[in-house]
Formats: sequence, structure tokens, C-alpha cells
Amino acid sequence: MRTDLAVIGAGPAGLAAALAASARGVRVTLVDAATRPGGQFYRQPAEALAASRPEALHHGWRTWERLRDGLAVSAVRVLTEHHVWCVERTPDGFTVNALLGPEQEEPVQLHARAVLLATGGYERVLPFPGWTLPGVVTAGGAQAMLKGGLVVPGRRALVAGTGPLLLPVATGLAAAGVEVAALVESTGPRRLARHAPALAGKLPEGAGHAAGLLRHRIPVLTRHTVVRAHGDDRLTGVTVAALGTDGHVRPGTERHLPCDTLAAGHGMLPHTDLAESLGCRLDGLAVAVDTEQRTDVPGVWAAGEATGIGGAALSLAEGHIAGCSAAAHLHGTAPGPAPAALKARTALQRSAAALDSAYVLPAHWPEQITDDTVVCRCEEVTAGAVREALDLGAGDERTVKLFTRAGMGWCQGRMCGTAIAGLAGCAPTPAKRPFARPVPLGVLARHHPKEGPS
Amino acid sequence: MNPLELAGARPGPSFTVTFDGRPVEALPGQTVAAVLWAAGVTSWRSTRGEGRPRGVFCGIGVCFDCLVTVNGRPNQRACLVPVRPGDVIGTQDGTGHGETGTQDGTGHEEARHAD
Ligand SMILES: Cc1cc2nc3c(=O)[nH]c(=O)nc-3n(C[C@H](O)[C@H](O)[C@H](O)COP(=O)(O)OP(=O)(O)OC[C@H]3O[C@@H](n4cnc5c(N)ncnc54)[C@H](O)[C@@H]3O)c2cc1C
Ligand code: FES
Repeated sequence: MRTDLAVIGAGPAGLAAALAASARGVRVTLVDAATRPGGQFYRQPAEALAASRPEALHHGWRTWERLRDGLAVSAVRVLTEHHVWCVERTPDGFTVNALLGPEQEEPVQLHARAVLLATGGYERVLPFPGWTLPGVVTAGGAQAMLKGGLVVPGRRALVAGTGPLLLPVATGLAAAGVEVAALVESTGPRRLARHAPALAGKLPEGAGHAAGLLRHRIPVLTRHTVVRAHGDDRLTGVTVAALGTDGHVRPGTERHLPCDTLAAGHGMLPHTDLAESLGCRLDGLAVAVDTEQRTDVPGVWAAGEATGIGGAALSLAEGHIAGCSAAAHLHGTAPGPAPAALKARTALQRSAAALDSAYVLPAHWPEQITDDTVVCRCEEVTAGAVREALDLGAGDERTVKLFTRAGMGWCQGRMCGTAIAGLAGCAPTPAKRPFARPVPLGVLARHHPKEGPS
Repeated sequence: MNPLELAGARPGPSFTVTFDGRPVEALPGQTVAAVLWAAGVTSWRSTRGEGRPRGVFCGIGVCFDCLVTVNGRPNQRACLVPVRPGDVIGTQDGTGHGETGTQDGTGHEEARHAD
């Protein structure tokens, strides 16, 4: 398969990028692992569920309709259920290597003159005792299962952690019939109030969420944290407690809230594997881009949450700008993105930065992780084992990994990376994964027949 | 209100799959994880080391906590795999390759990064 521009990721950023480039006469192929376009924000119920009111689970439905209808009449080729595991540079462009889902065994290759990475992000969850119990899910995961499968994990839920995503998750679960016992946010009310304008700017739907919390009578506990999730083989309740101004749990404030579901999240992290294996420079944990959304590798653009967490509206603006720039590059003309997109990006980036400083992880969070808490969920490595490795001289994530196997499992450290770095007292570093997905050895062997499986 | 009512879903007729031998009702289009959640099941794997129960965590294919055996094939991500009529779904013990944890020789071993 050949194309001019391969856009990887069909969330808000990828959709806006694909439409912008296609409208400028570029042959675009939009690739996504999911069964339908939309990404996380516009995740749609499976087609066979025949939802007549999917908008009941969404904000910004008009924008989605515009994107969806635009895509339908555009010349963009959409490849769903294509899990991209690696993008390689070739003499005349790039090869996108994908596995056909959901089995992810059959390989497919797409050759493109240029690539636009719009791979979004995934949720960060800080460990706490009991976080591996069934019934504890990520906040975004609860939302994804609800939007995509029209299911909820239980009857009575707690939504906890920190960040703006907790709001739509709490109101979404409540609208779907779950009793939301509380929204537990570790950031304090004063800090939130100070950043209220940014919140309102970034989340135009913020007011809607506030009204939703009231309508569903969801109690909001700010400056509170989850201390422990209880249960034997399944979650039965959660102990929450107030945080003092010093970031420590205030003794005597613990209270037990019975529930069968805990939707937890502490912000998001960008998906950067494809960019990293292409050699793109990162800025912290996100793909570094210039004002046209170009990475430092010629022919590679990036947009949306892969370049920094900022919400769906920012992803849309960045996607549009990236799509215009890629089209101009392929045609040898000037980019000319919509001035409104440039303005929106500037404003939204500013509010994203403000939000970022509003919703900080609670101070001293690594201290809350008891020694018996499993931090690496895949390899079942406890915080105690990690601390032992640190005592033995392991000074960073990578050495801890070699000592304990933490981060070596199926998820490749995506779930535990932040926690391991936190326990080690250093800043999280990019993981440098060569593949974005596990690849069957047979596929690898055929991929580089002369080198054999590596 | 349940999620199906909220979204005005009018799916085609439900069908039956089995989970650990017992019949479970499934709707066309749902993933294995969605079917199990709808049936009130939240765990379908026991971990390799401690034998602890696990189910959905990230819900989007990133964490691999939801691994399950479907029609004899282990290590399927329940949150991604769509259910099909007659599917035989089973709790996955450890690696899903039997007590010894050896590979099944089907060439489905995965390459991951180990350093
Ligand atoms: C689980 C989850 C649920 C969320 N729910 C909400 C919500 O309800 N409300 C809200 O305001 N924000 C939500 N967010 C935040 C959300 O990430 C952003 O607001 C927005 O969706 C970001 O847009 P994007 O285009 O940058 O990336 P995304 O929307 O994340 O889109 C990225 C797309 O890239 C695809 N992709 C990534 N890697 C590959 C690969 N290797 N191969 C093929 N395809 C790939 C993914 O399948 C995805 O469709 C959620 C985030 C997560 C992780
Ligand atoms: S729940 Fe994380 S991969 Fe399925």
C-alpha cells in the first residue's frame, strides 16, 4: 500500500490533520488500532450496538459530527484495527508496520512519503495499597468501556486521583446509572480556584461538568486521597483521607467508603514510542515539535497529546496545523493553516500549562506506597523489592528494572514507570521501547529475514 | 438508567458464549471484557507469581491486565477482542500455557524489550 501522508491515530488530532491535508489535495491514509475512528475523546459505541443516542455519553458532539461527516465525504482512506508497531525511514519516505487487530498476528505495511503521529496518550495511575484488586480501574478506562461497550463496572463507584479527566468520568458513570459515592481530588480547593479561569478556558464543558456533579449529587472531596483499596478477590471499599498542606495524610481523617468500583487516575502521559524509534527528539516525556508541528526528523509531524497533554480541543487545533504543514511540504507550498486554529492553539496551550501547574501530584506521594504494594503490575514487583534494589545501589528506573524486573512485563513499564521513578526519587525518563506493540516473533523473522529474529 | 438505555442502543439479538463453562449472554459488537462486566464478572486471570485475580485496568489495550483465554488461545486482551457467538472464554491461569509456563510452539510468542 502506498500513500502520500500516513496519519497514525484517528483521535481529535489525527482526524483534524487528515481532513486538513486531504482538503489540500494530499493522498491521506488514516491508521488506527481501534475499530472506529474517534480516539479517546470521541470514542464511539461499537457499530453493532446500534446506539441511537451516542451523544448522551459525549461532550462536543457537534464537532464530532463535523469531523465524522467530513471524513465520510473526504478522500481519506481509513484503516481501522491496524496496530502500528514501528515506523521506519526508507530512502523514499517511510514504512508503517502494522499488525491487523484484534489478533495482531498478520502484518501489513504502508509506504508513505510523510508521517504524522497523532497517537495520543494513556493514563497515569499512582499505586496505592489494593490498586491491583479487580474493581479498581483507570478513570479513562471506565470511560472507554462505557463509551465503547456501553457497560459499567459496578453499582457504586468512587472516582479518585487528580486531574480534569475525573470530572467527565464521574458524571458519565452517574448518567449511566452508577451511584458515584464521591469524586476524590487531591488538589486543594484554593489551588483549583486560583486556576479556575484556565479550567474554564480549557474545558468549555467545565460548567457542564459542574452542573452534572450537582445534578447527580456527587460529593466532591478536594485535598483528599485514596489511602487503601479493600477487598479480598474484589474491591469492597476504599479508605480515603484528607491531605494536610504539607502533602501528608492528616491523621484521624481516614474514612471508609464502601464501593465495588474505584476509577482512579493521576493525569495522562503521551504515547511516544513510534516517534522515539524514528529518532524524534523528545521534550521531557512528549514529542518535541516546532510551530508547524514538525518534529526534528524531516517528513515527520506530530500533534495532539503525543506532543503534550492538553485535551481534545488543543489536539484538534494542533492536528489542523500539522495537516496543513504536511500538505504544504508535500506540495512545496506555504502551509496557511486557519488563523483560528493558530489562535486556539496559543490560548489552549496557555491554559493547558496553567492546568498542569494546578493539578500537581500530591507531595510525598511515593511515601504513601507501602512496601507490600505491588507497583509493577505485570511482573508483580512490590515497592519493598524496589526499595531494596535502591538500597543496593540502583539509582534510577533502568537499574531498578535490571535488579527487580519491574517494567519488563507485558505493558513495558507504561503502568509502573512513574511509580518506579518516584520511589527512586528521580524524574521519569522516556522508556525507549523499540516497538509500540508486542510483535509475534514470526512477523519479526519475516520482517528482517537476513538478520533473523532479534 | 443503564448505559444501553442512555445511548438508545438497539443491538441485534443477543447470543450465548461461555465463561468458565457457564453460559453468559452477549450483545453483538461488545468486547469480551464488556460482556463479562455486563455479567457482573470483573476478574478472569490469575497472575503468574501470586495467583492474584485481575481484570480490566486501562480499558484501552495498554496495560495487558485483562489477558484472557478465548477458544483455547491465551493472552488475548479482553478489552480489545470482540465477542463472537459460541466463544468459549476461560479464566487464564498464569501464562495460560499450562502449569510449566512453557510456550505452546505456535509461533505466537511475542517479542518484547527486555533491557
Ligand atoms: C482511556 C482514556 C479516556 C479518555 N476519556 C476522555 C473523556 O471522556 N473526556 C475528555 O475530555 N478526555 C478524555 N481523555 C483524554 C483524551 O486523551 C484527550 O482529550 C483527546 O482524546 C486527545 O486527542 P488525541 O487526538 O491527541 O489522542 P487520542 O484521542 O488518544 O487518539 C489517539 C489515537 O491513536 C491511536 N493509536 C495510538 N497508538 C497507536 C498505534 N501504535 N497504532 C495504531 N493506532 C494507535 C489510538 O487508538 C487512538 O485512537 C481520555 C484519555 C484516555 C487515555
Ligand atoms: S484493560 Fe488494559 S489492556 Fe485490556
